[in-house]
Amino acid sequence: MSAVARANRLTPYMFLAPATVVLVFALLYPIGYMVYASFLDWSPSQRIGEADFIGLRNYANLLTDAAFLESFWVTIKFAAVVVTLEMIIGVGLALLLDRNIRGLSLLRTIFILPMMIAPIVVGLMWRYMYHPTVGIFNRTIKNLGFEQGIPWLSDSTWSFIAVVIADVWQWTPFIFILALAAMQSLPRSALEAAEIDGANEWQKIVLIKIPLMMPVLIVTLLLRLIDAFKVLEVIMVLTNGGPGLSTEIVALRIFRTAQEFQELGEAAAMSNLLLIMLMALTIGMFMYTKIQEARTARMLKAAQAEDE
Amino acid sequence: MPKIQLDNLVKRYGDFEVLHGINLEMEENEFTVFVGPSGCGKSTTLRMIAGLETVSGGEIYIDGKPVSGLEPKARDLAMVFQDYALYPHMDVAQNMSFALRLQKAPKSEINAKVKDVAKMLGLTDFLHRKPGELSGGQRQRVAMGRALTRDSSTFLFDEPLSNLDAKLRGQMRAELALMRQQVQKNMIYVTHDQIEAMTLADRIVVMHGGYIQQQGTPAELYKRPVNKFVAGFLGSPPMNFLDAELADVDGKLVVKGSGFQIALPKECAHSLPAAAKGPVTMGIRPADLTYAPDASDDQSFHLQVVVSEYIGAQSVLICDCAGQKVEVELKSDTPIALGEQLRFEVNTDAIHLFDRETEAAL
Repeated sequence: MSAVARANRLTPYMFLAPATVVLVFALLYPIGYMVYASFLDWSPSQRIGEADFIGLRNYANLLTDAAFLESFWVTIKFAAVVVTLEMIIGVGLALLLDRNIRGLSLLRTIFILPMMIAPIVVGLMWRYMYHPTVGIFNRTIKNLGFEQGIPWLSDSTWSFIAVVIADVWQWTPFIFILALAAMQSLPRSALEAAEIDGANEWQKIVLIKIPLMMPVLIVTLLLRLIDAFKVLEVIMVLTNGGPGLSTEIVALRIFRTAQEFQELGEAAAMSNLLLIMLMALTIGMFMYTKIQEARTARMLKAAQAEDE
Repeated sequence: MPKIQLDNLVKRYGDFEVLHGINLEMEENEFTVFVGPSGCGKSTTLRMIAGLETVSGGEIYIDGKPVSGLEPKARDLAMVFQDYALYPHMDVAQNMSFALRLQKAPKSEINAKVKDVAKMLGLTDFLHRKPGELSGGQRQRVAMGRALTRDSSTFLFDEPLSNLDAKLRGQMRAELALMRQQVQKNMIYVTHDQIEAMTLADRIVVMHGGYIQQQGTPAELYKRPVNKFVAGFLGSPPMNFLDAELADVDGKLVVKGSGFQIALPKECAHSLPAAAKGPVTMGIRPADLTYAPDASDDQSFHLQVVVSEYIGAQSVLICDCAGQKVEVELKSDTPIALGEQLRFEVNTDAIHLFDRETEAAL
C-alpha cells in the first residue's frame, strides 16, 4: 500500500479523533470511575486509592437492603403513575388542540412554561401551595366550609399524591408538545380517506391517529420513563422522601447514602444499578426502531425489484 | 334525473373566490373527467363533492338530494387520492377492508370482497404487506382496491396517476380503462393530463381559472373547441395558433397572415358572422397539416424547419412561418434538412378561427 493510500485510509479517523477524545473524558471516564468506586468500601474522608477493594459486596448488600429495595419500589410506582398520567393528559390535550384555533401558538407557549422552570423552584412553589394552613389548596378547602384540610405532605398516601401532581404539572407539557407535533405532521390525506371511508371522530383518533403516532409516542414514553426514574429535586424539596420512606425515590436514596451515610461505594453501586436499568430501556428502544426500519427497507427493496 | 348535479357551486377562501359558480350535470354511470392546469379549481370541485371542502355558495345534488351539509361518510362515495392516502399501519387487506369493517359487515363477506378485488387488481400476493413495503404501482393499485371494495355508487379520483413514472402511468391508465368496463359506477376523475382525459372520459369538463370552459365528449371538444384555451389544451402536439386576418379576396373568404393566404371552404363562409371579418387567431392542429410539395398556394403553408424532434416513426418539426411558430408532424424517414423550406397542405375543414380579443371560437 502506498503512503498516499495509507494516509487516505486514516483521514476519516483523524476527523473523528477530537470528538472521541472529548467523549472519552467527558463520558466514559466518569462512568468508569463510578463503576470502579462501586467495588470499594470508600468514605469521603479517604482518597480513592486508600479505599478497600471489596468486590461485589456493595451489590450483594443492596439486594438485602430493605430501605433501598423500598426506594426502588417507590421509584417504579412513581414512574409508572406519573408517566401514565402524563401520557394520557398530554396526548388528550394534543388531540383537543389539534386544530386551527386562533391564538394556538400563544396557548402552546403558556402550556410549556412549567417545563422551563427549574425543578427546585417547582418544588418550592408546590411546597407553599401544599402548606397545611396557608397553602392555597387547604385555604380553599376551608373557605368552602370543610373543617379539615388535606395533610398533603404529612400523610404517606397524600404525600405520594402530592409529588405525583407536581411532576405531572411540570412534565405533561413535554408530552403535549411532542404529541401535538407528531399529530400535525400526520398525513392529512390518510385522515381524509378515513373520513370518506366512514370513520367518525373517535374512530379516526383510535384507528388512525394514535397508531400512526405510536413511534413518536413510544420514544416519548421512554424518554419520560428514563427521566422519571432519575427524579430528585422536586421531591427533595417537597417531602425529602418522607414521611417515613413513602416518597424516597432511588435518586434521593443515592444522595442520602453518599451525603448522610458517607457510603460512597454503596452509592456508586446503586447508581450503577439504575444506569444498567435505564440502559436496558434505551437499548431496547433503539433495537426496536432499528429492526422496524430494516424490515421495511428490505421489503421495499423487494417490492421495487418486482416493479422493474 | 342526473346522478350528480352541481348548481352554481362557489368556493371562497376568505375574500378570494376560486370557483365562480360551477354548473354541471352528470348522468348515471358516466365517467366524467375534470381537466385543466394547476389552480383551475378542478381538485377543489372534486373535494367539495367528496365533502372534504365546505361549500361557499350553490349546492351539490346526489341522486336529487342536496348534500352540501352532509359529512363525507353520509354521501356514499369512494375516493382515490393523489398520494394514495393509504393507512401506513395497516396491511393491504386491512386497508382495503377498512370501510367495510367500520360498517360492521360480516367477516366472511369482507374476506370474499377483499379477495375478489385483490384478484382483479393482481394484489393477491401482497395482502399482508404494509404500504411502506410496496412499490409505487402496487400502492396505486391498493388505493384503487380500497375504493372498489366498497359498494359506493360514486368513485372520485383525484389525480390518481400523477405520482407514477411515465411507463407505469401508461400501464395504469390502460388498467383503469379496463376496470371501467367491469365496474359500472359514476366516476369523477380529476387530472391535468389531457391524454388521461381523452382516453378515459365519457365526458370531459375543461376548467380554467375557476370556470368551466367547455364540457362534452372527447371528440366534441377536440373537433369543436369553444375557445382558444380548450383548443390549445386538448390534443398533442398542441394546436398551432397564428395571428391572421379574415378578409374577402376576389369574392372568396380567405384567412391571411404574413407568409400565408388560405381560402376557406364555402360552408365556412356561410356559417361565419359578417362581423367576424378583421383580425382573428387562426388555429390548426399539426395533424391537419400534411407534407405536400405540390400543394397550391391558397391551400398551404411555406414553412422553414427550425428544430426537428425525433420521436420514433414520427418527428415533430418546429417551423417558422414568417416569424410565427408552427409545429407539424412528419414521418421520420422523410429526407429533410434543418433550414429547408417545406410546403404543408392545410385541411381547410379543420381550421379553427378565434376572436383575437375574447378568444372565443367564431
